[in-house]
Amino acid sequence: MAVVQRRDGRAALLYLVPAGAILLALLAYPIYQLVVISLFDYGQPQASGAAPLVFLGLDNYVTLLSDPRFWDVLVTTIVFAAVCVAGTMLVGTALAVLAGRARRIPRMLLFLAALGAWATPTIAGSYVWLFLFDQDFGLVNEVFAGLGFGGMQGHSWTFDRYSAFGLVAGEIIWCSFPFVMVTMYAGITAIPREVIEAASLDGASVRRTATSVILPILRPILMIATIQSIIWDFKVFTQIYVMTNGGGVAGQNLVLNVYAYQKAFAGEEYGLGAAIGVVMTVLLLLITTLYVRAQRGVR
Amino acid sequence: MRRGQLVVDAVCVVLAVVVAFPLYWMVLAAVKPAGELQSASPLTFAPTLDSFRRVLDVENFGLYFVNSVVVALAVVALSLLVSFLSAVALTRFRFRGRTVLLVMLLVAQMVPVEALTIPLFFLLRSFGQAVPAFGLNQLGSLVLVHLAFSLPFAIWLLRGFVAAVPVELEEAAALDGASRFRFTWQVLFPLVAPGLVAASVVSFIHAWNDFLFAKTFIISGTENRTLPLGLLVFFKPEEQDWGAIMAGSTLMTVPVLVFFLIVQRHLVTGMAGAVKG
Repeated sequence: MAVVQRRDGRAALLYLVPAGAILLALLAYPIYQLVVISLFDYGQPQASGAAPLVFLGLDNYVTLLSDPRFWDVLVTTIVFAAVCVAGTMLVGTALAVLAGRARRIPRMLLFLAALGAWATPTIAGSYVWLFLFDQDFGLVNEVFAGLGFGGMQGHSWTFDRYSAFGLVAGEIIWCSFPFVMVTMYAGITAIPREVIEAASLDGASVRRTATSVILPILRPILMIATIQSIIWDFKVFTQIYVMTNGGGVAGQNLVLNVYAYQKAFAGEEYGLGAAIGVVMTVLLLLITTLYVRAQRGVR
Repeated sequence: MRRGQLVVDAVCVVLAVVVAFPLYWMVLAAVKPAGELQSASPLTFAPTLDSFRRVLDVENFGLYFVNSVVVALAVVALSLLVSFLSAVALTRFRFRGRTVLLVMLLVAQMVPVEALTIPLFFLLRSFGQAVPAFGLNQLGSLVLVHLAFSLPFAIWLLRGFVAAVPVELEEAAALDGASRFRFTWQVLFPLVAPGLVAASVVSFIHAWNDFLFAKTFIISGTENRTLPLGLLVFFKPEEQDWGAIMAGSTLMTVPVLVFFLIVQRHLVTGMAGAVKG
């Protein structure tokens, strides 16, 4: 047995080397570096090697935490992600339930449409939504004007902070609900018919069946889909960057990821940018852990 | 009951139309003549390829397209190979530290890779001095980064599929004289095809959609731009050439759409497998 184990270990090592090397070099090491850079005064002179590195300790974090702008962006990011996750889960689950009840052809049409939205590259989706809501060329304004709301002619949807966020959230929900819908649909169809029949034979109402039978079975899938959505929506970059042109009028639509990017690559304060990245990572891990804990508690 | 079914079906169709509408509008705007762009008419009677011509001729879009394809395909091929090997090791071999590796793999999936842009930028800059093909402004840098980011999920996904193949099969193959290597590649590899498909879709989409890393790493090497950057170049606030932007978006969307349609059946089973695994 011991011999087999040792041989297994050596073979396993061989099989794991490629992945291990790549992940160490391009995932683990950058994480370490992210933390290191966040502890230094790392600007353009340091990046080009013209000036020596100055160790700051936690000064970058102090700067961040005492910056009201950072807190504003942080709260915005959390609220925005929460809205997107809730919207995505609601739409995805509702459509999965609907698809489960529809007949074949309508269901196929819905799946095809969802597949299309899913397949649309983020940047293409962002531009299409921008185009639909464009001030001068957008269909939405045209339709509103046609319905008698003349004031909507030339209305800018990206100028106001909340309507800009709403527009971005709409695009995000549109392109991310299909994942939830497909996974939930797979989960729903995997529930044996007998289970539901047994519940109704025992006199459970439709509602009772849904909450006490179907929901507990689906909970693991629901959890995976929610975590996936949280991860995606918390670190959204492309949609905000493209649709609000780098963070909106006077940075009103900044979220953490875009903020870090702007600080680092536009403001050339790599140390600060890295500190934001660290905060983002820690928060994300915290949120997902808390969520998993809470779900365990329910079960 | 029948009326209820009819209502459900009708709602389903209406929602399908709503969901598909942005895509339809994109393609429509791409083939509309410039003068019609502002109209709300859902049809055009004079479709033209002018916008596509403008995109492909003026802005080098063809080259960006090829660049994107090269990066995405390289990422898919490498990530399938590497993640399959790891998945086999993690499910079929017993060794110390296996559980630790599995947990690390889970944690790795939660890392917001976008936060790593800054260290990766510097890492690739110094990497490029040793191996120019993988440095900044090179497509190789994007391949490397996306390969690394697609691995944790791909390994996790394939692990479920490899584990689903009964061990008896391996014992039978061993009895028939097949080496472990032969079993892995000639029996196991084809058997986990649905998992490979699902994994490749996810890796492909990641690489194809990437905007942040392409924007950060490809700074001066215009000839190495990928599609998202090409689109961004088109988007000038003063003179939004929506026809061209929509044509470019269409060009970018079609390959993914085709890919999705081909693999869609596997995709649903693949995802279900991932959830179960």
